[in-house]
Amino acid sequence: MLRINSPEELEKLRQEILSRSDPSKPCISICAGAGCLASGAGEVIAAFKAEIEKQGLTTDVNTKGTGCPGFCERGPVVIIYPEEICYLRVKPDDVPEIISQTIREKRVVDRLLYVDPTTGEKAIHESDIPFYKNQKRNLISYNSKIDSKSIDDYLAIGGYSALAKVLFKMTAEQVLEEVKKSNLRGRGGGGFPAGNKWEGSRNAPEPIKYVLVNADEGDPGAFMDRALLEGNPHSILEGLTIGAYAIGSHEGYIYVRQEYPLAVVNVNIAIRQAEEYGLLGKNILGSGFDFTVKVHQGAGAFVCGESTALMTALEGRAGEPRPKYIRSNIVGLWGRPTVLNNVETWANVPLIINKGADWFTQFGTEKSKGTKIFSLVGKITNTGLVEVPMGITLRDIIYKIGGGIPGGKKFKAVQTGGPSGGCIPEKLLDLEVGFDELTKAGSMMGSGGMIVMDEDTCMVDVARYFLNFLIDESCGKCTPCREGIRQMLKILTNITKGKGKEGDIELLEELAEVAIDASLCALGKSAPNPLLSTVRYFRDEYEAHVKEKRCPALSCKELIAYHIDPSKCQACMICLKKCPADAIEGGKNRIHVIDQGKCTKCGTCIEVCPARFGAVNKISGQPVPAPIPEDARTLVRKSKEQ
Amino acid sequence: MNKGRVDQIIEKHHGEASSLIQVLLEIQSEHHWLPKEALDRISEKLQVPLTRILYIATFYKAFSLVPKGRHEVHVCVGTACHVRGAPRILDTVQDLTGIKPGETDADLKFSLETVNCLGCCALGPVLEVNGKTYGNMGPSKTAEVLKNYE
Repeated sequence: MLRINSPEELEKLRQEILSRSDPSKPCISICAGAGCLASGAGEVIAAFKAEIEKQGLTTDVNTKGTGCPGFCERGPVVIIYPEEICYLRVKPDDVPEIISQTIREKRVVDRLLYVDPTTGEKAIHESDIPFYKNQKRNLISYNSKIDSKSIDDYLAIGGYSALAKVLFKMTAEQVLEEVKKSNLRGRGGGGFPAGNKWEGSRNAPEPIKYVLVNADEGDPGAFMDRALLEGNPHSILEGLTIGAYAIGSHEGYIYVRQEYPLAVVNVNIAIRQAEEYGLLGKNILGSGFDFTVKVHQGAGAFVCGESTALMTALEGRAGEPRPKYIRSNIVGLWGRPTVLNNVETWANVPLIINKGADWFTQFGTEKSKGTKIFSLVGKITNTGLVEVPMGITLRDIIYKIGGGIPGGKKFKAVQTGGPSGGCIPEKLLDLEVGFDELTKAGSMMGSGGMIVMDEDTCMVDVARYFLNFLIDESCGKCTPCREGIRQMLKILTNITKGKGKEGDIELLEELAEVAIDASLCALGKSAPNPLLSTVRYFRDEYEAHVKEKRCPALSCKELIAYHIDPSKCQACMICLKKCPADAIEGGKNRIHVIDQGKCTKCGTCIEVCPARFGAVNKISGQPVPAPIPEDARTLVRKSKEQ
Repeated sequence: MNKGRVDQIIEKHHGEASSLIQVLLEIQSEHHWLPKEALDRISEKLQVPLTRILYIATFYKAFSLVPKGRHEVHVCVGTACHVRGAPRILDTVQDLTGIKPGETDADLKFSLETVNCLGCCALGPVLEVNGKTYGNMGPSKTAEVLKNYE
């Protein structure tokens, strides 16, 4: 690779890359993000390569393993350029047909297309699918266009032009002004204006400053940062370098959580490539500006997503937060001014520089500008990553993009903001999504996890779940968090086990108040949010658990019993054979009965009972009907009766 | 784990005390646990007291101070998997293997861990054995999967 020494050379190289690629040459891009890989994308990629070779098309067709386009529900996702035909749930067996039909004959394979569940219409292009149509994909749309391991692909879509513009046409102050004007707010959860943070560091007297990428995406159910870092690592590097230029930093770190090995690989490749081209390192593009980036892997601690804890971990110590009397943009890593922003925040920076703050602020609400990527998961038809303008309603995200709740179930709540967020009930579905709006509703934006819950989800259990998560993750440094969470969890666990007492709910609220007021860092301060928001919107569920020992969602194990409806049981022996506890009595033509004494409530019987019988059900808050007498258990089949 | 290999890893990170976590991670990923001899060596080379190394090795979840089983079972208990029934999967694995999260069985066959999100929420509940992901699990399907590992 040749080093690029000026913006002109960069443009020349870009033109060269573009002229090398023939836009009419078919390109098969297969999502190689973690979700699709888990559904078998690796085998599909291998099958494409083998088939292309077998059919002698190696020079005529390109294949690309790309980043995540977002539609994980229907993975593995394959897009065929230049027609942009989108095939979903592709299996290795489909590959020969795709090659012979679509690549050779230019014919669409109908059965692999998206079918609209309501209209039955098929969608050929990505942009025709409702899941994509209702999004505003400023950031994530690049993922499926580039090979995540190729800097040339990134240059072909205009990569590093923002960096060249900044280094040669803008002063650091102008960059700062532009970012401030865009009102870009931190995407990691806090929503702090990035421009103000940068300015603080820039003005700090200490000459050595640092810029950091927070890729310690610990919220369970959130994976948008990983998708960006895996799929388009250069966009983050470019944003980071621009930030470094604006504040006068020459050293940056990317803190990636250990659970994201592919992101670490891809970002390391990206750094090496950028260094070889002279887009990182000494004298970038011949501008005289030096900047180096190192990757630091986390070792599995949720609290390290917190800014000061992350910096402590970077220093090679146990990641414990410190009080923030002085903000870390003044005294941060190794006691020096440090700007820490989340992956998605950095990814927005090149776009703001290239297209201008005015372009950016056209999306969103008055106080929350731009787009935000959410990971839409849980009880939702279209699981995946969705990028939407701020200000869209929760209802639009869940129903228009997410396709509603599967299985004909009823929506109950949507949880946003991870363990620090809260649950938003149906009556607030028309809430506009923005930093301040979500906080007002008792939740928060967080990093952008959006977990949809239906009628089968117990809200007391959800609150217990998050506190149970946090008790492992609390670093233990301050008492209100360490002990407060423990006590709240103890009471909640008792409630879910039917041991709740009168006054427990009030006691929980009191403990929550102390943890919020007295904890050292955001982990403890926000830990009670899931509890408080569920008490606020679903108090009746708490009361049912405490007073009636009943779980309305039929979810809490200690409060439910499994029962086989004798009028529906067809004595098929399936549950009887599968029951791991041998708790089901019966036999051929003998109606099955669950021995409640032996039953471990594992739920196998309800899982395996054929849907057309639907004989197993769950009971809560009432006694289990007495088993039918032995002599009445012989099954009389209706067909034989006649 | 031989001393020479530990030294190589330390060298790679320029023998800086601030890279302690990175050194430990590399040993953990190669060896699947952190033997005492390795920790002693690190302490000596990086000039970091052993107490501090142990503080770090127990603070972060990625590290193990005991040997791991042949098959590492990870049950995802992220929120999306949780609402889709992950607790029942975890119960099933515990019943079948007789071990709890964080434990390894006596004949070193299985090690069980819970993880907070594998990012394949569309497939939840998810079970991972030796890095291979199994999606849309139920209690009986879990039993089928575990049978394949000897």
